[in-house]
Amino acid sequence: MISLRPLPPTEAFFLSGLYSMAIEQDDIEKIAELARIRIDQGQIGQVTQRITEILRMVDQLQAVDTSEVQPMANPLDATQILRPDEVTESNRREAFQAIAPAVEDGLYLVPKVID
Amino acid sequence: MHDRTVAQLMAGLRDKSFSSAELTRCFLDRIGALDEQLNSFISVDEEAALAAATAADARLAASDAGALTGIPIAHKDIFCTDGMRTSCGSRMLDNFIPPYDATLIKRFNAEGAVTLGKTNMDEFAMGSSNESSYYGPVRNPWDTNLVPGGSSGGSAAAVAALLAPAATGTDTGGSIRQPAAFCGITGLKPTYGRVSRLGMVAFASSLDQAGPMAHSAQDCALLLNAMAGHDPLDSTSSPEPTEDYTAQLARQIDGLRIGLPKEYFGEGLDNATAGQIDAALKELEALGATLVEVSLPNSHLTIPTYYVIAPAEASTNLSRFDGVRYGHRCADPVDLHDLYTRTREEGFGDEVKRRILVGTYALSAGYYDAYYKKAQQVRRLIKQDFMHCFEQVDIIAGPTTPGPAFALGAKSDDPVSMYLEDVYTLAVNLAGLPGMSVPAGFVDDKPVGLQLIGRHFDESRLLNVAHQYQQATDWHLRRPASIAGGAA
Repeated sequence: MISLRPLPPTEAFFLSGLYSMAIEQDDIEKIAELARIRIDQGQIGQVTQRITEILRMVDQLQAVDTSEVQPMANPLDATQILRPDEVTESNRREAFQAIAPAVEDGLYLVPKVID
Repeated sequence: MHDRTVAQLMAGLRDKSFSSAELTRCFLDRIGALDEQLNSFISVDEEAALAAATAADARLAASDAGALTGIPIAHKDIFCTDGMRTSCGSRMLDNFIPPYDATLIKRFNAEGAVTLGKTNMDEFAMGSSNESSYYGPVRNPWDTNLVPGGSSGGSAAAVAALLAPAATGTDTGGSIRQPAAFCGITGLKPTYGRVSRLGMVAFASSLDQAGPMAHSAQDCALLLNAMAGHDPLDSTSSPEPTEDYTAQLARQIDGLRIGLPKEYFGEGLDNATAGQIDAALKELEALGATLVEVSLPNSHLTIPTYYVIAPAEASTNLSRFDGVRYGHRCADPVDLHDLYTRTREEGFGDEVKRRILVGTYALSAGYYDAYYKKAQQVRRLIKQDFMHCFEQVDIIAGPTTPGPAFALGAKSDDPVSMYLEDVYTLAVNLAGLPGMSVPAGFVDDKPVGLQLIGRHFDESRLLNVAHQYQQATDWHLRRPASIAGGAA
């Protein structure tokens, strides 16, 4: 189980301007694990530095009072369009599996998961 | 015949001045002769292009032609093309041959347009210089030491160098408008949802939008006619009716109210670029428009907001690249975990990895509210700023970029300074509005772009204003010296 350091408790603390989201090499390793990206040990320092710079820039958001603002997920505030639940696609398994790295008997092959 | 607009080529095909096969051969020969120095194409399939041209000629002869029948078009390598590699500028998809066409490609094929090839781009459309492509940087035809902009840099360079009469691009934070500005061409990012995203490799799903890149506003309108429309296979595509986007081009613009956001003309804007933009605005004023100062008070928050939302959505979208179903797979994985982590280490470049990591962080338990939700809230404030402006004005105008094209390598080691390049374009995507870049002069022989921003679904008005401006100016007719040579 991966756990990240908990957030400081209140929005007021963010708004105080005293807080800066410092991120450490350790955190980057945990995030990389969550994202399933291997990072070479020789590069981890530089990756941490770059991401720190990005997060520092992004942290300007913490100073904005958004207590009365609804989050906007779609720029047109559109809602999901639904269609009748009917089968409209044909089965194209052969075509899709033709571009897979490894298949056998219609199944995708991966390294053994359970011994 | 290579230095003609799409509108002129359409006329030439109809009056039989040349055939589509001759036209296609001409552009293929130019690509062969000139693209080595620009690197604007990743894939060119001559045989398929010529076959499509021959089929188009048959349709033209049988008077069964659509508007774009026989017109060669270059497509950004982000659109899936059935049977033709679609790399998205990444090693991850270097071997990916899609089993289907993107809706946009289907629409151009149905029109009888000819696919010349697939253009170079920043990896997964993440970049503003085209330097993050796995296939190497694209060079700017105006000066090959300069970047062409990005992420649709290959499309912009190909059109500017007359290797294609028009191209498609995608714009998540400026990726059509910024390269159009840097390469001296006309580019339009339509309203979010106007063009189907099906088969367009996803970067940030609430921001991504495809659009045309060409020499003129008229050509962009002709391409948009083929591209726009609802797609039942893309649930975010808009059911709003489309229109003939060429219908309003000739309309006079007297009485038009143009808003100039004061935040787009302040600190950070290069002086010489500001001079060119001011001259362009005076030209619009001379055509009868009224200039009105407006304010977008949350402009300073667009970069931080974008750099939470775009990486967060990217980290989710790019989780599909796992080495199992298609694309790159690392050699000899010892277990499933090794397969995932090494495939993604090898398949993605540095900028893509950075954005996945930032996005994963912003979405992780305990951080979601402070980052993603916060950014979605500020995003609404940014959109509201525009809505307030549009109560007073018909369109908004300003610079597309803070300055002209920069040198290759100048910003590639400093992600944050690269992000600042998009300061005037990002807000348009956050608000879902249509935006254009129109050639508006030069600074030290480098093109400058005028940005026009419209109300949702008001593409016609943007194209109208741009077309009227292009009737009064000839910046869009200037051509770089490097394009000499190759077949005419």
